[in-house]
Amino acid sequence: MKDERTPVIETRNLSIGYLLKGRKQKVVHEALNLRLYAGEVTCLLGLNGAGKSTLLRTLCGFQKPLSGTVFLQSRPLESFTQSDFALTVGVVLTEKTNAGGITAYELVSLGRHPYTGFFGRLRKEDHRVIRNSLEAVGIAHKAQNRVAELSDGEKQKVMIAKTLAQECPIILLDEPTAFLDVTSRIETMGLLRKLAVEQQKAILLSTHDMDMAIQMGDCFWLLDKHRSLACGAPEDLILQGTFGTFFEKEGIHFDETTGKLNTAIPLDRVGVEGDFTTSYWVGNALLRNGFRPSSVGREYLSVFCHSSSELRIAYPSGGEQIVRSVFELIQAIKTKRNDE
Amino acid sequence: MSFSNSKIRIYGLLVALLSVLFVISLVYGSVSIPVGEVWNILTGQETTKIAWQHILLQSRLPQSCTAALAGASLAVSGLLLQTLFKNPLAGPSILGISDGANLGVAAVMLYFGGSLNQLTGFTANAYLTVVLAAFVGASLVLAIIIYFSTKVKSNVILLIIGIMVGYLVSSLISILNYYASADKVHAFVMWGLGNFSGVSREQLPYFAFFTLSGLVLSLLLIKPLNALLLGEMYAANLGVKIKRTRFLVLFCTGLLAASVTAFCGPVSFIGLAVPHIARLMLGTSNHKSLLPVTLLAGACVALLCTVLMIVPGSNTILPLNAVTPLLGAPVIIYVLLNRKSIQYFN
Repeated sequence: MKDERTPVIETRNLSIGYLLKGRKQKVVHEALNLRLYAGEVTCLLGLNGAGKSTLLRTLCGFQKPLSGTVFLQSRPLESFTQSDFALTVGVVLTEKTNAGGITAYELVSLGRHPYTGFFGRLRKEDHRVIRNSLEAVGIAHKAQNRVAELSDGEKQKVMIAKTLAQECPIILLDEPTAFLDVTSRIETMGLLRKLAVEQQKAILLSTHDMDMAIQMGDCFWLLDKHRSLACGAPEDLILQGTFGTFFEKEGIHFDETTGKLNTAIPLDRVGVEGDFTTSYWVGNALLRNGFRPSSVGREYLSVFCHSSSELRIAYPSGGEQIVRSVFELIQAIKTKRNDE
Repeated sequence: MSFSNSKIRIYGLLVALLSVLFVISLVYGSVSIPVGEVWNILTGQETTKIAWQHILLQSRLPQSCTAALAGASLAVSGLLLQTLFKNPLAGPSILGISDGANLGVAAVMLYFGGSLNQLTGFTANAYLTVVLAAFVGASLVLAIIIYFSTKVKSNVILLIIGIMVGYLVSSLISILNYYASADKVHAFVMWGLGNFSGVSREQLPYFAFFTLSGLVLSLLLIKPLNALLLGEMYAANLGVKIKRTRFLVLFCTGLLAASVTAFCGPVSFIGLAVPHIARLMLGTSNHKSLLPVTLLAGACVALLCTVLMIVPGSNTILPLNAVTPLLGAPVIIYVLLNRKSIQYFN
């Protein structure tokens, strides 16, 4: 099926990398034909050294492409002046800032920089945009707090609000969830999803947080040093087996049934069926104990989850047993394995 | 939003303090002149003692004006460097910029001969030469620092490089000293102790022109300076032309630090400490209020130093650089000890 939508970022035959001494080039990736769409969260994944930062820096305009073209809203990147670019792409970086001494409001007001005059005086309209941006990320109640007084998660929200105050259609984020605790990670990703859907922003972020990306990303760009880039919905990439090939290496395996990387995929199959939540967590416990959760079958042990306190074990020999908790279930299965 | 009551109070306080210190610096000295007489002389009325008139108009008034301008200039140049290098411990004397200006002045004074004060007959060219030499020296060191700032990421390392460059420059000055005649060396050593009284009434307009140009330029840089709080990449994404801004900020710093060093000698600690005093007073690093407050506070601190230089009950006047660390060093130690709780470190 051909995609009829117009991408906000499109690259044609883009080659990225660095210029070395003596006019030599270090090509990190070549022949990149990427498309970034409005209303979607796109996640850029890859191991360290795969070229995530190089790609992001190129799209942020911090470094020039070696060859090929980047189109922003169908306009080639070279034709953008720095101030045009500031109105089109907003960035959230891992760069350490020195902004602890200004308020959240003042930081977000820096996003109005491209719109204000020589002395940076804020007009009524600017104040309105700043207030709306603070509200959109849910940090309006801390507007007058100094940035140093905010938690890491709140700081990240303020940085995102800054890009909203920039009023640009594209937001690029470099590892926005690194250094954040679990709830802040979910909040930040949830916020980015909300902004993509409600404000039709095109959002591209690099991340190492695979679980969160699988949960929240509409589209994945997978990067690897020795392969060409793969893109698609995370589920498609997993089901096609592409996902595994990007992350598997000696001793690390990608488990397609769970979407998790593991040191080894156990082969000892145990069938699981029944109540969705219960069977999910039964699967989790089985994996940890070296079993591979699968669909039920006659030739191996199966678990039927009627409820969280009623789990029926069906043995391949024909016997049955009811247990009352996941803990008991694991004990029973382990005993059975040791007997054999 | 932009002007809260506390900010107006701080401006008011500083302007009042500045006026009071200015008057004290005119009245108080090895010879005290009554306030009423100061007023009479300044307004051009009859005075009882011609000597007072001479002291006030030829010596104290230029000295107070010089102190205020020099203090403001050094403080602002320190603030610009601290923002640009994202390092609260940057300052013109720490990064070797003052040393660079020293070298320029040393080259003129020791090699080509003649100090500002010893020059017989006032020639604009002579002052221009010294200021230019100081500026070239300061710019040279600045250029070296900028070069290293593109090579090293760590600001601490950059600071140490700045200190090393300062040592190198000092060694060059020692060599110049070694080959110079005794009277020139003496003049240079005296100049090196720092002095706000070296600028005569005739020289004052030149000094004022250089420093005021730098100060006005710094006020025009407030918008990009605020963006630089986020770092250069963020600032570039906000449309700030980084190369141009970097150049302007460094040019401005060089102009301010070099003019002060050329006319008053190397003055330590004001550039480093005053921006901290201003931030602690204001509780913000927003340059919209931080820069003017740093400027005013710098003028106040320098005037305070000129007052403290006078040893009470004697005719002795301490060298300027014996006094500035007494005010500056405790501030820096306080800031370093409390850096966990001071917002602009985080």
